[in-house]
Amino acid sequence: MSRRSDGNRAQPREQGDYRPSAAGIGDAVERRGPGGGQLGPLVRADGSREQAMVPAAEFRSYYGRQILKTPAWEDKIAYYFFAGGLSGGSALLAAGADLTGRPALRRGARVGGLAALAAGTYFLIADLGRPERFHHMLRVAKPTSPMSMGTWMLAGYGPAIGLAAAAELVPKRWQGTVPGRLVRALARPAGLAAAALAPGVASYGAVLLSQTAVPAWNAGHEEMPFIFTASSAASAGGLGMIVAPVSEAAPARRLATYGAVVELAASQRLERRVGVVGEVYSAGPAARYLQRASTLTAAGVLGSVLLGRRSRIAAAASGLALLAGGLFERLGLLHAGIQSTEDPKYVVEPQRQRIAEHGPSRAR
Amino acid sequence: MADHHRVYGPETDPAGDSGYGPDHPPRKGFFTDTSICIGCKACEVACKQWNDVPDDGFDLLGMSYDNTGALGASTWRHVAFIEQPSGGGPPEYPPGRAGTGFAGLPVGSAERGSAAGGRPPGSAGPGSVVDLGMPGSGPPGAASRAGGARGAEPPEGQFRWLMSSDVCKHCTHAGCLDVCPTGALFRTEFGTVVVQQDICNGCGYCVSGCPYGVIQRREGDGRAWKCTLCYDRLKDGLEPACAHACPTKSIQFGDLDELRERAAARVEQLHEQGVTEARLYGADPDDGVGGNGAFFLLLDEPEVYGFPPDPVVPTRDIRRMWTFAGLAAAALTAVAAAVFGGEG
Repeated sequence: MSRRSDGNRAQPREQGDYRPSAAGIGDAVERRGPGGGQLGPLVRADGSREQAMVPAAEFRSYYGRQILKTPAWEDKIAYYFFAGGLSGGSALLAAGADLTGRPALRRGARVGGLAALAAGTYFLIADLGRPERFHHMLRVAKPTSPMSMGTWMLAGYGPAIGLAAAAELVPKRWQGTVPGRLVRALARPAGLAAAALAPGVASYGAVLLSQTAVPAWNAGHEEMPFIFTASSAASAGGLGMIVAPVSEAAPARRLATYGAVVELAASQRLERRVGVVGEVYSAGPAARYLQRASTLTAAGVLGSVLLGRRSRIAAAASGLALLAGGLFERLGLLHAGIQSTEDPKYVVEPQRQRIAEHGPSRAR
Repeated sequence: MADHHRVYGPETDPAGDSGYGPDHPPRKGFFTDTSICIGCKACEVACKQWNDVPDDGFDLLGMSYDNTGALGASTWRHVAFIEQPSGGGPPEYPPGRAGTGFAGLPVGSAERGSAAGGRPPGSAGPGSVVDLGMPGSGPPGAASRAGGARGAEPPEGQFRWLMSSDVCKHCTHAGCLDVCPTGALFRTEFGTVVVQQDICNGCGYCVSGCPYGVIQRREGDGRAWKCTLCYDRLKDGLEPACAHACPTKSIQFGDLDELRERAAARVEQLHEQGVTEARLYGADPDDGVGGNGAFFLLLDEPEVYGFPPDPVVPTRDIRRMWTFAGLAAAALTAVAAAVFGGEG
C-alpha cells in the first residue's frame, strides 16, 4: 500500500487486489470481471452456468470463496413448505365448503389437508440433523424465531385439521357411538379453527426464509409471503378440482386462479426488485424449477378456466398441474437462496452498494 | 418484542438483557490485531486441541498458505492468508520503517518473491527492506511456468501478506441465537454465544441466520457447532486457548470495553506510523449487529479477508417481515372467503 495515505481509499482497485504474483497460485482470483463469476461455484454440477443479467461489477473477496454458509436445508424443506401450504389452503377451502354445503369438496379438502400436513411433518422432521430430537422445538416459544412461531402454529393447526379430517373418516358403523358423534360434532369448530390458523401456516415459511442472511431470501421478504400464500391457494384449488365434482368445485377454481395470478405477479416483482441478487432466479436449478413452476401453474389455470367446469378429467389434470407448479415454485425459491450464498458477489455487491448509497448500516 | 432494542439497536449489556443478574461478569471478547498476525496457525491448533474439535480433512486449496479455507463446524479459528501486490515504484517502506518491526506490515522478500515468480534476481525494488525470513511465495521449481505470462503481476515482485485469524464474532445481536427454535443457542454470562450440544436438534436455521457464515452443521453429527469462546476456560478464569497460544498477541482476550479502547489506540498508533489503511471491523456498537464480541483490526477492506462489508442481523427486519406476512395472510383469508360468494 502506498504511503500516500490519503489516496489509499481512492487508489485503483489493482493496487489492493489480490493477484497471483507467483506461479503455482491458481486462477482463483478474487476479482471477477464481466463473466468472471462463471469460474466460480455457480457452474453447477449439470454444467449449466449463470447468465449474468448485467455486466458484473467489480468486487473483491477472499479468493472468490463464499462468505455465507450454504443453507443446511435440502429439497425436503421445499417439500415441507409445499405440503404445509397445500394443507393450509385446503383447510380454508374445507371450511368454506363446510359452511356453504359442498360436502364432497369439504371431505376431500379436509382429508387432503391432513394428508398434506402429515407428509409435510415427515419432511420437516427428516430434514433435521437430529430428527429424534424434533420435540426440542417445543422447549421454548421464541418470538424472534419464525421457526419456533411456526412450530407452535402447527402445534395448534395439526390437531384442528386432524379432528376435522377424522370426522370425515369415521366408519359408518361407529358414527352412532359416543366418540363417533363427538368427533362429528366437533368437526365444524375444529375445521374453522384450522382455517383460522391456516393463513399463518401458509405464510410463516416466507418469514422463516427471509429472516436469514441468505441474500435472495432476505432481499425478497416483501414478495415471498405473497408467493407462499398464493402458491398455497393455487395448490389447494388444484386439490379441490381433483377431489370434488365440477359442480362443487367452482370455489376451488376461483381460488386457484387467484393464487396463480398473484404468484406469477409477485415472482415477477421479486426478480426485478432485488437488484444483482435477482440473477440467481435465472440461473442454475432455481431457474429450471421456477420455469417449470410458472409453466405448470399457467397451464393449470388455463385448463381450469377453459375446461374446468365441463370435464372432471380436465379439471383433475389442471389440478395436478397446479400442484406440481406449487412444488416447483418452492424448490425454485429454495435453490435461489442456496445459489445466492455460493458466490460472494451476492453478499459483497449489495452491501457495498448500500454503503455507497446510505453509508454503513447504523442502529438508529 | 416489546423491547425492540433487544433485536436491534444500542445494547450495552447483552448478558444482563438475557436475564443474568447485575453481578454477572463483564462482557468478554477478542480483539484480533491482524497487523501483527504471522499466520502461524497456533490458534487453529490450540482450538482444535482444547475443544477436541474433530479433523476436518486435509485439503490443499491451491490458493495461498491457507489450506483451512473458512470457519465451519469443525474449524473455529481460521487463519486467512492473502498475498497482494504491494505496488512497485517508490519505496513503500523506507529504511526507517524496518526498525518498527511488527508495527509495520509483514512484507515478503523481494528476492525470494522474484525467484519464485521467475523474475531476474536483483531487480527488486528498493522497498523490500523488511525480510521476515519467510519462505518464498511459490512452490519449488515453479519458476519456469510463471514467466511473464501474467501481465498484471506486481512490478519488481513486491507483495505483501495479510494474515488474519477469523473466529465467531459473538455478536451483540446474534442472528444465530435469535432464530434458534430450541434454545440450544444461548447467551452466556460473559455475553458470548454458545450452542448447547445436548439440546441442538440440527434444524439448520442458525447456519443461515449468521451474516458471517460462521456456524455450520457438522456432517455425520447433525448438530450445529461453532466457537464457544472457550466457555469452559472462561468459567475457570482462563483465557481462551487460541489467545493463550498466540505467540504475537495478535489475538487478545479480555473485557470488551477495554479491548475496544486498546484497539482504538492501536489504530491511532498505526495511522501515525503511516499505516493509514488500518481500520477496525466489528468494533462499532452501533453497527448492523450491535458490534462484535470478537472484532478485528484489518489492513484492507473486510471482503478481502472474507468478511461481509456491512453485515446486518436478519432479525432487524423482523417486524417488517411479519407485517408483509400478515398482509399476505389477510389477503389469503379474504380471497378464500370471496371465492365462496358468487355462482357455482
